[in-house]
Amino acid sequence: MITIVDYGLGNIAAFANVYNRANINISIAKTAGDLNGASKLILPGVGHFDHAMELLQQSGMRDTLDDLVLKEKVPVIGICVGMQMLARSSEEGKLPGLGWLDADVKAFKSQAATRDMALPHMGWNDVRPVSPNKLFEELETDARFYFLHSYYFDCDRQQDVLAICNYGADFGCAVHSANIYGVQFHPEKSHRFGTRLLKNFAEL
Amino acid sequence: MLRPRIIPCLLVHDDGLVKTVAFKDPKYVGDPINAVKIFNEKETDELAVFDIDATARGAEPNFKMIANLAVECRMPLCYGGGVKTVEQAKRIVGLGVEKVAISSAAIETPELISAAAQEIGGQSVVVVIDAKKDDRTGEYMAWTRNATRRAGRSVIEVARQAEALGAGEIVVNSIDNDGRMKGYDLTLARAVREAVRLPITVLGGAGSLADLGKLIATCGVVGAAAGSLFVFKGVYRAVLINYPAPSQKEDLFSAALG
Repeated sequence: MITIVDYGLGNIAAFANVYNRANINISIAKTAGDLNGASKLILPGVGHFDHAMELLQQSGMRDTLDDLVLKEKVPVIGICVGMQMLARSSEEGKLPGLGWLDADVKAFKSQAATRDMALPHMGWNDVRPVSPNKLFEELETDARFYFLHSYYFDCDRQQDVLAICNYGADFGCAVHSANIYGVQFHPEKSHRFGTRLLKNFAEL
Repeated sequence: MLRPRIIPCLLVHDDGLVKTVAFKDPKYVGDPINAVKIFNEKETDELAVFDIDATARGAEPNFKMIANLAVECRMPLCYGGGVKTVEQAKRIVGLGVEKVAISSAAIETPELISAAAQEIGGQSVVVVIDAKKDDRTGEYMAWTRNATRRAGRSVIEVARQAEALGAGEIVVNSIDNDGRMKGYDLTLARAVREAVRLPITVLGGAGSLADLGKLIATCGVVGAAAGSLFVFKGVYRAVLINYPAPSQKEDLFSAALG
């Protein structure tokens, strides 16, 4: 069962709708007990990094999630701020992240301060997979997704980067290490491209 | 490459979709949920829904309607209308809406912008500025409450303040051009593009895809929003929900951006 972690942020209904239309069963977890039986996890998130980390902590699901992901190796995908939470830290906030991936979240301006580019990075942009992975099956060429963010995910190891997007400079917009995945864009709001990616995750 | 966004802007009045001219004479054009379903099928870039009753009546946003829209919507959704508090903004985001637009309240109580940005993230806070050219001075001035009240401040001043307070996007809406379908006010659009570093979306006046192209050629990668263009067809303004096909959009963008 795919379980969406509902700690109070992110578009839970949008994910549920995508999977319902694809006839894939999902459950929604609001408490640690609800995480029982999760074979895949979706960690959504929007808004401010610290706010997201605080809410996850308050939800009482943090320890169970750590166990499921780090010990039982349950596949997990973080979406947008949910992806950023996988890192050790974020320049947006003061709280530590989950630290499941060796990465830090950085502000765009430190990367391209002199470029004439509007921030946040908002809209549809090309996503180019850089290493073969089931998550991007049938999305190898011509894939585009909706982005809405001002911070980007900076991995220690280049091999953790699954796909690249360009905004002022290239940045890793999809990452992967073992059972842990993250995407900066919003597959739940990216029409057929997003539906495909979410189905791919379900079929991993 | 980041693409310009082509955004249908739907107005809600008495639970139905309407289209106005110069912010007046709302004409019924259909059911909101049905329109969202059609825009889903057309792979629309983004959708904006503004409830034009909420602030006028001093009412709360209609959360039930917003929830229904958000559930149906497979593209990013911006909601505006009657948002006056951080709690309302939080609740709307919690219903599955990506962006919350504030307009009258952003001018009357600008601290709402920073407070909302703290809670829901600046990227989700959209400030809508209704703009009207002052006949005497030629300056673009901000108006509030469905263009019934002068804000007493220029559009540029309000846009810069919104950026400084942490908003994530500016939508500039031309009151003069609303519903006329004769093209955007490109002077206004260019002035706002040059004033802030935030993403901007321009609304008011588009009557053809060529008008969207002119905006993008003038301002670069911006949001091109329109109401009438995507709900009416032909000179008699027959109601027909429409949206450019992906190939039409690509042609439009490459022609406009060179």
